[in-house]
Amino acid sequence: MSRDVAIPATTPAAAGTPPTTRPRSPHGRRQARAGWVFTAPALLLVLLFVGLPVVMAVWVSVSGWRGRGSPFASGVPFVGLDNYRTLLAGGGLATQDLGTALRNNSWYVVLVVPLQTVVALLLAVAVNRRTLRGRGFFRTAFYFPSVTSSVAIVVVFLFLFSASGAVNQVIGVLGIDGPNWFADPRGVLHVLLGGLGGGEAPGALAEHGFIGISWWEWLAGPSVAMSALIMLAVFTTSGTFMLLFLAGLQNISAEVEEAALVDGASSFQRLRYVTVPMLRPVLFTVLTLGLVGTWQVFDQIYAGTQGGPAKTTITPAYLSYTSSFVDQRWGQGAAIAFILFAIIVVLTLVQRAVLRGDRT
Amino acid sequence: MVLHHSPARRRTRAAVIAAATTLGLLLAGCGGSGFDDTGGAASPDGGSGAKELQVLIGSSGQAETTAVTQAAQAWGTSAGTEVSVTAASDLNQQLSQGFASSQPPDVFYVGSDVVASYAANGSLAAYGADLPGSDDFYPNLRSAFTVDGTFYCAPKDFSTLALIVDEKAWTAAGLTDADVPTTWDQLATVAGRLTSGDRTGLVTSSEYQRLGAFMAEAGGSLVTDGKATADSAQNVEALRYVKSLLSAGSMKFAADVGAGDGTEALGTGKAAMTIEGNWAVGGIASSYPDLQYRVLELPAGPAGKGTLSFTNCWGIAADSKAQDQAEALVASLTSTDQQLAFTEAFGVMPSVASAADGFRQQFPAQAAFLAGADYAKTVPNEAGVSDVVKDLNAQLEGLAAGDPAEILGSTQTNLEAALKG
Repeated sequence: MSRDVAIPATTPAAAGTPPTTRPRSPHGRRQARAGWVFTAPALLLVLLFVGLPVVMAVWVSVSGWRGRGSPFASGVPFVGLDNYRTLLAGGGLATQDLGTALRNNSWYVVLVVPLQTVVALLLAVAVNRRTLRGRGFFRTAFYFPSVTSSVAIVVVFLFLFSASGAVNQVIGVLGIDGPNWFADPRGVLHVLLGGLGGGEAPGALAEHGFIGISWWEWLAGPSVAMSALIMLAVFTTSGTFMLLFLAGLQNISAEVEEAALVDGASSFQRLRYVTVPMLRPVLFTVLTLGLVGTWQVFDQIYAGTQGGPAKTTITPAYLSYTSSFVDQRWGQGAAIAFILFAIIVVLTLVQRAVLRGDRT
Repeated sequence: MVLHHSPARRRTRAAVIAAATTLGLLLAGCGGSGFDDTGGAASPDGGSGAKELQVLIGSSGQAETTAVTQAAQAWGTSAGTEVSVTAASDLNQQLSQGFASSQPPDVFYVGSDVVASYAANGSLAAYGADLPGSDDFYPNLRSAFTVDGTFYCAPKDFSTLALIVDEKAWTAAGLTDADVPTTWDQLATVAGRLTSGDRTGLVTSSEYQRLGAFMAEAGGSLVTDGKATADSAQNVEALRYVKSLLSAGSMKFAADVGAGDGTEALGTGKAAMTIEGNWAVGGIASSYPDLQYRVLELPAGPAGKGTLSFTNCWGIAADSKAQDQAEALVASLTSTDQQLAFTEAFGVMPSVASAADGFRQQFPAQAAFLAGADYAKTVPNEAGVSDVVKDLNAQLEGLAAGDPAEILGSTQTNLEAALKG
């Protein structure tokens, strides 16, 4: 939105008028006005369909609106931060659900973002090779999941990962008895710990907690069902980000690569010390988009698991939807959305600071 | 620098103010046309017959949509009112949109799990008691749509849970009519004998909406007289019994045998028995037409017979501008004859006792479902309970390895909080 607002201000400068005379010249003034006129329709649409709903949602999140009539009607009470308090410190089911959703989504983000970034980068490097035959084919193939409807992919995955599905058949050949993926609520880390003989919760972790669920639950890892969704996300989004990396790679001139080659750098060294540093702006974009996208995961949950098994795939976005549309608790639904918004903003800022501080 | 830029800035500010004003006008415009449109609500009795009635249904399929549309239009023709029936793709969401815009459909399906939250925000008209012949509805169905003593809406139809048995598996295991289980012990024995190879004796979904039948048979329920009784000794006993079947291997949850629900498990031969409602009959007919099955009443538990019933009602919007017509339509749709016509069209069980004989004649094989109507309990409908049940369901998935008392204990805590709020 801020970018749209900025356009009219920069348009005159872009036209080449000297900056010192720009504000006073009638020409510049006319241009500024023209800029506003041209952007006005887009601006209005953004304000109407983004700005206004956000304002309404802010009000709903601090009101006791129950979903009948206008939230701005006179009878709707202002409840202050009650909805937020119920969610974050109420200790009841609402708090537990939010804690569970944040736990699930955290693991999803922690696993999906690095995996999809690495996979996308490797795919991009692979299909960027001049010596690779059929580059066009591979680029299309890897990009294909991104242009397919995510709901269609979810349905295919439900079949692939069913108890007697293709995935279990394949790992069955290797002698592994596959889990019943989408029905298995066990946390992966708990399963691994159980395998090592430490399946019981230590008292300190089980007794203390954060947002309604114990630390032991936080450390459960993604459930087996969530793991399948994580694979799905990596599969579908890697292609999109591969395209971004590919665009970045094609901006790196062949001379740089040759220079590194002449200096005797191995292919891994060229990737690590030449390619990746030069891709830093793209990397930032990919990580930011990945972070935002993964925190907002909704369609796979809605179409695939509906939050099950045992609530291990509910996410804040899905919880916000069910609180509002199913349980008619619109205030809480809106509050969850703003909590999610705050998390995304904070994490994006942190990530920006880290990537910038990393610069050598 | 600042001086140089200030005129431009001022202009920018002016433009922002202009945009904000425009937005404000737009806002006011929206308010005028949509949100505050209370002119119609003040006179609910349109009465003239010019108004078109909107009916929104959560249909089970084409058969139901066609039957409801035909019945509603037949009524519309005789009453001189236009009626349009729409099958919702997501009923709750579409209803929410209607309520928020103050222009909801006039008549719509309401599940017993959401009736309390719609009643709480004032979206539902409480017309149940005004309906002629409202005494004819089964008492447990009336209670499903009674919130704080007010009978809100007319039950559309219902179903109870019963035991559905694969006849071939039954005979193959050497069982006869004499072995039909009437007690928990007999059920355990029969389930054990029916378990062989890939086939499990009893397979059902792990949710409260199935296992709750065992609680009813033990004499327990989640809510008794408005108080939370989830951790009662009866409920614990019921879950202990289910857990014992799970441990014995004669019972499994549908998800654990790779089936979506009990019907699928039965149809694909992964189960010899399942606990389902009468919707399973339609499912079997369309997906597993070769399956030979019979429907039995659920065996009695320590407290006698018990089952759960599920039902929807015909909700009428409080904001509807044609409430009298809507009520007349519902009266026609819930009449004994019309319900029997629906039964014929898509197999549902009539919600009125006067249609029971007709149903038994049409579907003698389904008599067990109807028998349950006399002792069935409904899923508690208090606001907030559906969330607690969802949480309970999440825990029940782990019943095989879990502790029944612990599961019910946390449910009790949640339920107490929900009933207080």
